[in-house]
Amino acid sequence: MNHRWRTIDIVIASILAVAFGVIFWAWGLLWNGPADAIPLPGRAILYGVWLVPAVLGALVIRKPGAAFYTLTLAALVSVALGTSWGWTLVLQGPLEAAAAELIFAVFAYKVWNLPVALAAAAAAGIAASVYDAFVWYGGTSWATLRLPYIAITTVSAVLVAGLGSILLARALAQTGVLDRFASGRERAAV
Amino acid sequence: MGEVVLRGFGWRHAGRKAWAVRGVDLRIAHGERVLLLGPSGAGKSTLLAALAGLLPDDSGESSGTVEIDGLDPRKAREQVGIVFQDPQTQLVMSRSGDDVAFGLENRGVPAAEIWPRVDEALHRVGFGYGRDRPTAALSGGEQQRLALAGTLALRPGLLLLDEPTANLDPAGAALIRSAIARALDDDTTLIIVEHRVAEALTLVDRVVVLEPGGGVRADGPPGAVFAAHGDRLADEGVWVPGHAVAARKAVTGPGAPLVRADAVSLRHRLPPATLTARAGEVLAVTGPNGAGKSTLALLLGGLLKPTSGTIDAGAGGAPYRWRAVDLTTRIGSVFQDPEHQFVTNRVADELALGPRRIGRSEAEVSRIVEELLQRLRLAKLAGANPHTLSGGEARRLSVATALATAPRLLILDEPTFGQDRRTWIELVELLARLRDDGHGIIAVTHDADFVATVADSVHRLERTA
Amino acid sequence: MTLTVATFEASTAPLARRNPVAKLAAALLFSAPLIATLDPLTPTIALAIELAVLPLFGVRYGTLFRRAWPLVLAAAGIVITLVLFAAERTGATVATLGPFEVTTGVLITALGMVLRVFAIALPGIIVFATTDPTDLADALVQNVRAPARFAIGALAAFRLVPLLGQEWQMLSLARRARGIDAGRSPVARVKLFVSTAFALLVGAIRRGTRLAVAMDARGFDAGTPRTYARRQVFGRADAALMIGATLLSAAALTTSVLTGLFRPIIG
Repeated sequence: MNHRWRTIDIVIASILAVAFGVIFWAWGLLWNGPADAIPLPGRAILYGVWLVPAVLGALVIRKPGAAFYTLTLAALVSVALGTSWGWTLVLQGPLEAAAAELIFAVFAYKVWNLPVALAAAAAAGIAASVYDAFVWYGGTSWATLRLPYIAITTVSAVLVAGLGSILLARALAQTGVLDRFASGRERAAV
Repeated sequence: MGEVVLRGFGWRHAGRKAWAVRGVDLRIAHGERVLLLGPSGAGKSTLLAALAGLLPDDSGESSGTVEIDGLDPRKAREQVGIVFQDPQTQLVMSRSGDDVAFGLENRGVPAAEIWPRVDEALHRVGFGYGRDRPTAALSGGEQQRLALAGTLALRPGLLLLDEPTANLDPAGAALIRSAIARALDDDTTLIIVEHRVAEALTLVDRVVVLEPGGGVRADGPPGAVFAAHGDRLADEGVWVPGHAVAARKAVTGPGAPLVRADAVSLRHRLPPATLTARAGEVLAVTGPNGAGKSTLALLLGGLLKPTSGTIDAGAGGAPYRWRAVDLTTRIGSVFQDPEHQFVTNRVADELALGPRRIGRSEAEVSRIVEELLQRLRLAKLAGANPHTLSGGEARRLSVATALATAPRLLILDEPTFGQDRRTWIELVELLARLRDDGHGIIAVTHDADFVATVADSVHRLERTA
Repeated sequence: MTLTVATFEASTAPLARRNPVAKLAAALLFSAPLIATLDPLTPTIALAIELAVLPLFGVRYGTLFRRAWPLVLAAAGIVITLVLFAAERTGATVATLGPFEVTTGVLITALGMVLRVFAIALPGIIVFATTDPTDLADALVQNVRAPARFAIGALAAFRLVPLLGQEWQMLSLARRARGIDAGRSPVARVKLFVSTAFALLVGAIRRGTRLAVAMDARGFDAGTPRTYARRQVFGRADAALMIGATLLSAAALTTSVLTGLFRPIIG
């Protein structure tokens, strides 16, 4: 398994990141307002959406660093386009991204199936919500807010960023656009 | 310098059963200017990609040999420059000068030499702006010119042009053609693939025709090749000069008005326009890039809300207020890029979507889908994913989906964009028949041949200052 | 409704001209430590410092206000959360909203959190307002030894953001033309959103593939060591900026510790 990144790996990872930056912007138009910051239920249930780039990037590119790079760049692009959390994502993005990356590393970057995707998504979700719990929601109760927030965010991450990314990667492969990738060649010859 | 030799060369892309190119024997000498022709699927782009050393060695299979100055193209990359058809995906940097410098940086050219070479390349193609010009502010033709400069800065001995004008309007096409003519010197070998054949002939002295499925069909001076093979090539879809298409205008006069636009405008994008589209008539909307043609199409199609003026399309008030489902039964819109309108993952489902949403019974839906599959020659592709279709097939599918809900008015944005002669004729024939059946057709286009062949009336938009 | 990328305006102000990496690092060095505490004094001092150095960066207060106001939403959300879920409600009760008591303790914590959001976010806004993305990529590659292919890949993809924004709008219009609109139902809205997002990804990947081929055609994967057309230097003034940022942040925290108001986020 060649771990060196080809040009197309770099460019597609970057494009996925940037496309998600745009998707997050559009998502913000759909639900704008303080709902974005109120942790329960809105923000926690939908949190998985923000973590998709990490898992999807890894599943499509299948190289070391894919999860980390894709999510970090997506966070940066989000900041450039203007989110209500702004610059603060520059600190949090890489942390969640690193958590997902760690899981793929544990499997020596050889396993790209559903269980690993779910685990990576869960790791990112836990990292993100624990960060939020300490940094933004300090002063609130653990019992009624912070622990449920972490739990719900993790579930959302597993479903949306884990299962969702697997389904998304499969659907993308079916369109033929991933033919230059191992992840895309698993469909039948046309 | 720039000498090309191919012996029995072939290539098969990964995931495909058929070979893209097969058994090509060809020799091109230093300084020659060659036009590469052939019907769709003959492998022209694949051949150019092979010469540029861009075919991946980790997916796909090759046969035969290809050499540039005696070297494998992957090792001779420094001698070869290639320009592709989409300007937006060839530009890397946000400032023009930086983009030209990109290739020089990649090749490790010493920093002190970079900017003089950038200026030289910009001058060579006649680029009209300074180094700091943002690439996003350039028109399509200017972007292509910049892409050419970026390639020429590396001083290639072999220049390959893969449909350089395909994504450009006529003004842009003229721009890049003059840049190419200006930039060529005696030391550069040129191989160009171009579907606007008549216009490319001024640049070349030799024509090579590829046979789909294998080999070279013809090779020689343009006059001789077209005399011997012109008719067959025209039938296969090549735009051979001198093979005009017969006009298909309306025989009966236009019927009832279907949509009336009164001084309708969209701030910053379209100055006030007034026009009427009628049943049994093809109305062509023409004008230069930036005049707002696509915006007008979106307004008439009930997809955008005008900032002033009114649009009257019959009962129900302004079209932009109608529910989307109602819109599909009255006005069908076909976008310039067919892929924008695909929402399912099977061709048959795409066709079934519209009728189902308007509430037809399952039996009706099947009937409509069957009929459209036959009529638009999509039957073999019924189970395929729409995104895997070729350009012509995707275009037919997008027209078919608009027809599935039987709207009286059809609005198409650049329907003949980038089409080969065969799909072009097919589309014109389809639109003519729809018009003769009583539909109203509005086509936004810069294709003068289209207007001459099938348009019954023309509304021209002028560009504002 | 249209997507706009926060652009930067070239400036001759002394700090705006500093090396992009130095500015970025200074912003991080200044704002990251502020996370450590929940008290209102630290972010107040930090904000005062930030607003004071603004002219040195050549950023007008109006520009800052315009770019910072979305943060109000995040701040408002945090305050509402705190009122609903405060761990402890110390101090005198100021108001009662249903079952939730708003006490002075809660108000002080809320104030601290709102100020914190702004104090942490502002340095980043200042950096983005005064830094050209190309310059930042150049500096990351030349001064910090970041991998060049990734920096440029990111830059090339970033260039396509406005295009993707327009594409999003076209895709939305195309769906209406196909008879699909979401109406009221949030579930339908999400389904439509996912469909549009998928189409955007397909188009983006197609574009990316073409871009990668074009970049390789110009020698991107040549393997020869790259040279730099635009030089980015890192000098003493840049180091001074970073050191200054660190010291000022430390000063703010120290002041808070000395006055006894320091409230760590852990513990």
